[in-house]
This record gives sequence, C-alpha cells and structure tokens, in this order.
Amino acid sequence: MADKTPVIELRNVDKSFGPIDVLHEISLKVNEGEVLCLLGDNGAGKSTLIKTLAGVHQPTRGEILLDGQPVRFSRPKQAQEMGIATVHQFGGTFPLMSIGRSFFAGVEPTRGWGPFKVYDRKTANRIAVEAVQNFGITRIDDGDRLVGGLSGGERQSLAIARAVHFGARVLILDEPTAALGVKQAAHVLRIVNEAKRRGLAVIFITHQVMHAMAVGDHFAVLIRGAIAADFRKGEKTREEIADLMAGGESMADLESSIEGYMESHDGHVPPPVH
Amino acid sequence: MSPDAPRTSGPAASIGNLIRRPEFGTLIGTIVVYAFFASLGGKVFLGAPGWSAFLTMAAEVGIIALPVGLLMIAGELDISVGAVVPAAALTCALVSGHYDLPTWYGVLAGLAVGLMIGFINGYLVSRTAIPSLIITIGTMFGTMGLTLGLTVLIAGSTGVFMTPDPVAKLMLGESINFMFRVTIFWWLGFALVIYYLLHVAPWGNWVFALGGDRDSARNAGIPIRRVTIGLYMLSGFAAAFVGVSQVLTFGSAQVAAGQAFIFNSIMCVVIGGVLLTGGAGSVVGIVLGTLTFSIVNQGIFFSGLDPNYGSIIIGALLLIAVMSNDTFRKLALSYATKK
Repeated sequence: MADKTPVIELRNVDKSFGPIDVLHEISLKVNEGEVLCLLGDNGAGKSTLIKTLAGVHQPTRGEILLDGQPVRFSRPKQAQEMGIATVHQFGGTFPLMSIGRSFFAGVEPTRGWGPFKVYDRKTANRIAVEAVQNFGITRIDDGDRLVGGLSGGERQSLAIARAVHFGARVLILDEPTAALGVKQAAHVLRIVNEAKRRGLAVIFITHQVMHAMAVGDHFAVLIRGAIAADFRKGEKTREEIADLMAGGESMADLESSIEGYMESHDGHVPPPVH
Repeated sequence: MSPDAPRTSGPAASIGNLIRRPEFGTLIGTIVVYAFFASLGGKVFLGAPGWSAFLTMAAEVGIIALPVGLLMIAGELDISVGAVVPAAALTCALVSGHYDLPTWYGVLAGLAVGLMIGFINGYLVSRTAIPSLIITIGTMFGTMGLTLGLTVLIAGSTGVFMTPDPVAKLMLGESINFMFRVTIFWWLGFALVIYYLLHVAPWGNWVFALGGDRDSARNAGIPIRRVTIGLYMLSGFAAAFVGVSQVLTFGSAQVAAGQAFIFNSIMCVVIGGVLLTGGAGSVVGIVLGTLTFSIVNQGIFFSGLDPNYGSIIIGALLLIAVMSNDTFRKLALSYATKK
C-alpha cells in the first residue's frame, strides 16, 4: 500500500486566520479504497481541516495533492469538480422535495428540445432509486417520496449515493452517524463500507469509537490543530482510541507534550505518535 | 417495508395522493367559500356580475401573487410590489400622457421600471445577508418617494391622465361586455407560463431547492444568485404589468395606489398552500388561493352582510390555511415513513 500514490494527500498544511493559527503542519494521506477516521474534540480544528479540503478555505502554507499533483482550490465548486465531495449531517438533501428531484437538484435530466426543456421525472426517479439501492438501501423504492419522510440514516445514505453518482473520488463525511440510532448508524456504516469497496477515498469524521473501528483503516487524532496521533487499524486497542477521543489521560499527556514541544521548538509541532 | 405495502399507482392510491396534495385543502376552501356566498348572494352573485367582480379582482392580485408565490417558495418575500404598481402606472402615464409619446413607449417604460426595481431587489437580496423583508420594505419606500417626487416635479400634480391608443387599450385595458376585463385572460396566461417554469421546466426545481435549503442548493451547483435576481425581476415585471394595465383601463394614474397589493398577494399565496418557510407550494394552489381570497373580498358586497365583516372572514381563512398547510405537510411526510 505504501508505494501507491494516495488519492489525496496533505503536506505540512498550515491554516491561519489573521494572527490565529488553527492548523499546524497537517500531513495526511488517503489511498483509494481506504477510510481515514479523523478524530478529535470540539474545537480541535476538524471543521477547518474539512473546509480546507473542500476548497472553502485555502491553506496558508503547505500543499494539497490530488493523485500526486499539487492542487489549489479557490472555490468549493472547483474542489467538487475535481471529485472532492463533502456530505454534512443532513446536508445536501431537501426535506420537502421528492427523492428524484432532490437527487438531481442542479443537474436535472430533461426531455424535449430547445428552450422547451421538460424536467424528466421518470428518468430522475429511476436513476436516483437505482443509485441508492445499489448502495444496499432497498427500502427506498419510490422516487416520488419526500426526502423529509426518510429516516436520518436513509437521508444520509441518499446524500452519499448522490455524491458518488456524480463522480466523487474523495468523500468527506462530517459526523454522518451523529444523532442517529443504532440501526440507522449501521445503515450509514454499510454505505461507507460500500464506498470503500468501490475504491473511494473516504475521510470519516466521528465522535463514536465503535463507528470509527467498524470502518476505519487508518486513524488520525487532531488536538489543538495538530495531528497528535496517526496510526493504522490494529495498532491501538479500542480502549486506547476511546481514551484519545474522549480526552482521557493519554490525550491530556499528548496535549501538554504538544504545548511543551511548541514552546521549545519555535512553534513547530512534534511528529505524530505512531 | 412489507411487500404488499400500497403502491403510489392504482385507483385507491390516487385518491389518497389527491388528498395529500397541498392544493387539496385550498380547493375545499374555495368551494366552501363560494357556496357560502352563493347562498347569501343569490342569483346576482351566481350570475355574470358576481363572477366579473371576483374574477376582475382575482386577475389583478393574481398576476402579482403568482411570482410572489414563487419567491415565497424560494424562501423570500417581496413587499415592494405595492410601490411598483403605481410607479409603473405613473411612468406609463407620464411618458404617454404628459409627454404625449405613443402608448407603447409608455407601456414599455412602465414594464422596464418594474424589471429594474426587481433587479435591484434581487441584487441586494442575493449579495447581502439582510432579510428580503427588510430590503424590499426599503425599496418600496424608496420607490414610493421617487414616484411621488418625480411626478410632482414633472407633472405638477399627484395624478396624471393619458389617452391610450385603441390597440393598446384593447389588449390590456378593455372589458368584454363591460364586465370581464382582459386582464383575466392575462392572468390565465401568467398562470400557464409560471406553471411551466415551476413544475415542468428544470428551473422550477432550483426554486424549490433554494427554499428548501439555501446552502445545499449552492453546494449542488445551482446558480442561486441568478435564480434570486430572476425571481425578483419576475415579480417586479408582474407588478408593473398590473400598474400599466390599470392606466390603460382608467386613463389615469395616482401616486397612492397599490398598497393593498402587498398583503393581498401574500394572503393569496398563503391561502394557496405555499409554506411560509419556503420549499413547498404549487401554481394551482396559488390560483385557487387567489380565487378564494377574491370571492370573500367581493362576495361580501353581494351577501347583504356588513362589508366590514369581510376582513374577519379573510383573517380566519388565513389562519385556517396556515394551520392546514402544516397538517398537510405532516401528512405528506408521514405517508412516506409509514411504508
């Protein structure tokens, strides 16, 4: 795996807003067919990192590489066009629109000619239902149903299926299982595994260790805007990960060691623990 | 899901679908209100005078309510229509009456004023984070002040007369049998065009998406600025159209006319089942809501009741409409989860 070119890679990415440094020397790699779980407490810089990946923010220093090529996104749209899709909690779908309409919002299939384009409801519904069912959510079988009537997990799955259908190669999932019941979360995790099987690079942000353990190949813990720990599946026990995520003893240790290191090293952060 | 769960096709399901459609409540409202005033107003209300009274009113407010409805589906409001109506009317009267240019110049100038104010509204709403209610109140007062000031400055009074040329009057300001104004047909025309835009063309999907979730719509690649500006230009155009047709009908324009359109158009839209929070609604609903509103508004004069009570009925209708909209929306959503 090590010699493969990662789909997306960050090299020493810093992000500052004016005088405030939010991200410090972030280096990450995600290969195709791999799930990177990004763990971290609130305020650790997860959202800033996601937004930097999605083209909302530009890195202050460092570079982002897509298939080994350095890229710079000036707008979110540009990142999307290059195959980086972000799915937010409940985002990307419209509760009072039908599944077909919601799926194709912005890129509606049409029939007819010239200026008299007609929205092609049947085609839209068929493709949308197929795309979701291919991900294993067979409960969705009628494209005319309203999105708001779906369960949280189904909505999340619909949003992921939509991103994949429109050519996403890197999938950023922002807490997709938060606020979901056990069954619903299982739905979403199945979808994440399916996306992985299809060779997507997935960045999965979560608070729940069980969910991270279920799909993750690779884990990165973000503390105070720096990567404090970076390890692969099986390298740490569930307890260790839980402790890292929940801000337990080892997290406190890491936190103080980062601070001490930064003070004595001119603001640089220590290399992540493996 | 059980395998024998009801499908969306088939005769039994189609009645269910009809009841779940948001327009269904409005249709019942229209029928009840019509029956109520028919029983009080008798033959006169049932005959041509009654129909002409409420259809004429419905046509004017309806032409404005249609694009205002689109805006509300997209989650925005337009208060400025109340100022655009007289602004366009006076522009037309000044150009073709005071300056004595051909009627078509006045008509085009009036419509251009509407489009321009619509553009300003749309531009401001799409570029700032200020609620559209505030922005359009601002442009309404601005437009009113400019209209009043310029009219007095140019014509020396607050009313301007004009004599439209016969072809223009025939097309925009004539009445059939002295009762049915041609604006009724224009209203139908507007309804068809807007029906196409909202429910048939892919553009309509963008309007729903915009009202459903603005950020998601932007993320989905919908040009939300262009859609917003287009919607406001449409409502500015429709308000100007009503203003111009009023001048051609009555041969004069007054500065203080059109305030009633602000609330009336919004009420028609809400009675028509458009969700106040945006994201849902239909053209059929808006047309039915306009009819209901106009039947109450005009029916009261045929009923022998004190006309002051008309407002009570309209107020009650509005509240019932908002409550039932909520219920119908819940029905539509729960129908899907039950499966």
